[in-house]
Amino acid sequence: MGNADTDRKTLTLPSDVSAVERVCEGLLAEAAAQSFGEDDLFAIHLALEEALMNAAKHGNALDPTKCVRVEYQITPEKFDATITDQGCGFNPEALPDPRSKENLYKYGGRGVLLMRAYMDTVEFNPSGNRVHMVKYRTDQAAKG
Amino acid sequence: MNDKKSPPVAVTYDGDVTIATLTRERILEDADIRALEETILPLIAQSDSIRLVIDFSTVRFLTSAALGLLIRISKKVREQGGRLALCSIQPKIYEVFRITQLDQVFQIFPDAEQAARSV
Repeated sequence: MGNADTDRKTLTLPSDVSAVERVCEGLLAEAAAQSFGEDDLFAIHLALEEALMNAAKHGNALDPTKCVRVEYQITPEKFDATITDQGCGFNPEALPDPRSKENLYKYGGRGVLLMRAYMDTVEFNPSGNRVHMVKYRTDQAAKG
Repeated sequence: MNDKKSPPVAVTYDGDVTIATLTRERILEDADIRALEETILPLIAQSDSIRLVIDFSTVRFLTSAALGLLIRISKKVREQGGRLALCSIQPKIYEVFRITQLDQVFQIFPDAEQAARSV
């Protein structure tokens, strides 16, 4: 058994789209190496893309002087990542429900809904510039 | 494969129905969305009342940005008096539509033939 704190890795990436893609690919490769199944990898990929793009684009406004920090731990049991941007944050509780009639035709606003739907834990810090997400490995055999 | 150099959409016709088949497995952010936008929006603009089917058979992954693009396309089609249907959406992708309730916004069919008949 490893130590939860010492086993956490940290990445710092610039606020640009290609950096987000590279980090997503790297973390997904690590999750795949821990034998996460196809459905779990899809869920992790979607939540990670949404969270990192939120941080780089909305949090840091793609400002090249600002970074996104990713602290993560991937074990055979779970994928656990905390993503922090240098923006002003937001109130996730105040986000309008993109499924409501008045928002259904809006172009954006679905990212946090998808993160919550696909991960087992999605928690924001009070200032809204950090999100902690956990996905526990699904027992593929039990799923059939 | 996600060959960014290949056209993002293959356009074919079934009678007067335009079938836009998305060619990339993954639709992620800005560059993918822009490439799709630059291909599909002119198709809509060129026709008075386009009957458009978007075929997702190749798509294995998309983000919420792609959903936003689909809403924009749908709005343009409506403004031009056209009709839009989606087809051949893989189960994992369909689940994204279901979670966001966009399965209630778009007409979605199992294959291009059925979609073409409906628009």
